[in-house]
Amino acid sequence: MPEPAEVGSPREWPVTIAGEEGIVTARAQAREVAKALGFGLVDQSRIATAVSELARNVVRYASGGCGQVLIRGLDFTPRGVGLEVVVRDDGPGIANVEQALRDGFSTGTGLGMGLPGAKRLMDEMTIDSVLGRGTTVTIRKWRR
Amino acid sequence: MARVPIVRIGQTLIATVQEELYDHDALQLQEELGLLLEQGSVQGVLLDLSTVTTVDSFLARLISGIAITSRLLGAETVVVGIQPAVAVTLVELGLALPGVRTALNAEKGLALLTDRGRDA
Repeated sequence: MPEPAEVGSPREWPVTIAGEEGIVTARAQAREVAKALGFGLVDQSRIATAVSELARNVVRYASGGCGQVLIRGLDFTPRGVGLEVVVRDDGPGIANVEQALRDGFSTGTGLGMGLPGAKRLMDEMTIDSVLGRGTTVTIRKWRR
Repeated sequence: MARVPIVRIGQTLIATVQEELYDHDALQLQEELGLLLEQGSVQGVLLDLSTVTTVDSFLARLISGIAITSRLLGAETVVVGIQPAVAVTLVELGLALPGVRTALNAEKGLALLTDRGRDA
């Protein structure tokens, strides 16, 4: 398997989000890692789009539009090969995670498709949010 | 990053969206199309997405917005060249671009727009 990037350790690729350029950087990096891990075109698109939604939430809602994205290649797990993306911010947090996962619900100007959309595109999603402290969203996709 | 180039051929505006579009480029595209439509005599807008690999909810909403705006200003929009992987993703995302006309490629899209121009 070709190594997709020379950034950081070979199994982890960090991307810093500071403004909207970070959305494009994060999703492009996620796509590259997905491709290198052997994900097909549709899964690459699903992963890049999910990362785009989560990164946009950071830009929209987190303090200063800043956050951290960590893209991880998952090898030798019982479920096989996978890709994990952790998106973390120090924003206001999500008051009601269940509500935020409902289609069409938004506290901002968005469509309310970001979180529920990202969840549908991935195999797993966990949200860890503390009001006033920040939000960490972890998504995973397993190679078929 | 370059803006989205808009070319005018006859009464049709052709915008070719590049691979990785920044939000501000997308918003600028919408604004520029609006200004060009306002000047009149535009019958159709062709949005070519053939090199676009990621369409998220923001871009999907913007594309729908462009289609609605141009209709209100008397022009028809046709979106062409959506990649199969992007199409699948959009459906799963729950954003299948309702009300937006599509064609497989630029040639077919242009044919749709010019046929309409002839009928009008």
